[in-house]
Amino acid sequence: MEGKIAIIGDGDSIMVFRAAGVATFAAENEAKAREVLRKVAKDYQIIFLTEELAKPLTEFLKRFDEEPYPVILSIPSKSGSTGHGTELLKSAMERALGVDILFNN
Amino acid sequence: MARLNVNPTRMELKKLKARLTTAVRGHKLLKDKSDEMVRRFSLIIRENKRLRDEVEKELSETLRQFSVARSVTPAYRAETAFAMPSVAVKADCGVKSVMGVEVPAIELINEKRTDGLPYAYPEITSEADYSVTKAAALLPKMLALAETEKTVRMLAEEIERNKRRVNALEYVMIPQLEETIKYIKSKLDENERAAVIRLMKVKNKADV
Repeated sequence: MEGKIAIIGDGDSIMVFRAAGVATFAAENEAKAREVLRKVAKDYQIIFLTEELAKPLTEFLKRFDEEPYPVILSIPSKSGSTGHGTELLKSAMERALGVDILFNN
Repeated sequence: MARLNVNPTRMELKKLKARLTTAVRGHKLLKDKSDEMVRRFSLIIRENKRLRDEVEKELSETLRQFSVARSVTPAYRAETAFAMPSVAVKADCGVKSVMGVEVPAIELINEKRTDGLPYAYPEITSEADYSVTKAAALLPKMLALAETEKTVRMLAEEIERNKRRVNALEYVMIPQLEETIKYIKSKLDENERAAVIRLMKVKNKADV
């Protein structure tokens, strides 16, 4: 199956990906991102979301974990990584294993 | 542990014994499944961590570089230059199965580009060209990360669910069945003894 790739974020961070051929959707805040995401999730299989937007939507994003697609990945924006991605990883690990095998703290 | 509400008969005993064997076997199988899932999970999560660190580092760098490069050009010109991408990247989205969990398998479809960049060169500085190329080069890695991260999340969910099943069998179903079987057995023994005693009494009376 052929899938399309989209990126949601603030204007600056996503422009470079538009040039690289990824469909871009601008969203400045949480509410807008949620709205855009709802629409985009129907048509696109792979969605990148900047961390600033992904963080407040963590609960909302959980519902996409039931099915293989769409895949939603949080990526750092131009202001750098906030550690949100690592945090998600950690919570998944704690749920599955009960112990921390990666970060050792 | 509460015992099941059944009649203490030989029929029931036979049925319960069969159920107990199934439960014990199921428990063992699920436990093995759980072990294997945890093993795979720890491999995948390590891979995930490595990919994420790489992607985060490179991506932040690219984005920072791009925003510097872009700031040289007036906003509206940059806006128009980047407005029309000449190519749309596509990915092949399949599914694969990890321990019976359907997880995504993503692969970037390579499309030949006629020229490297989707805009007219005079409008944009060469630093921006560079970051666009870098971003495009980063895409396969980002897709790989998307795939593993989703796998990790789905597998974590499945492991949790499986653990709950194992625990339900181990701490509820199996003890309950064992308790009920014990109860029926003692009830049946009791009945047998009662029958013997009755016979003895009857015989005594008959002898006198």
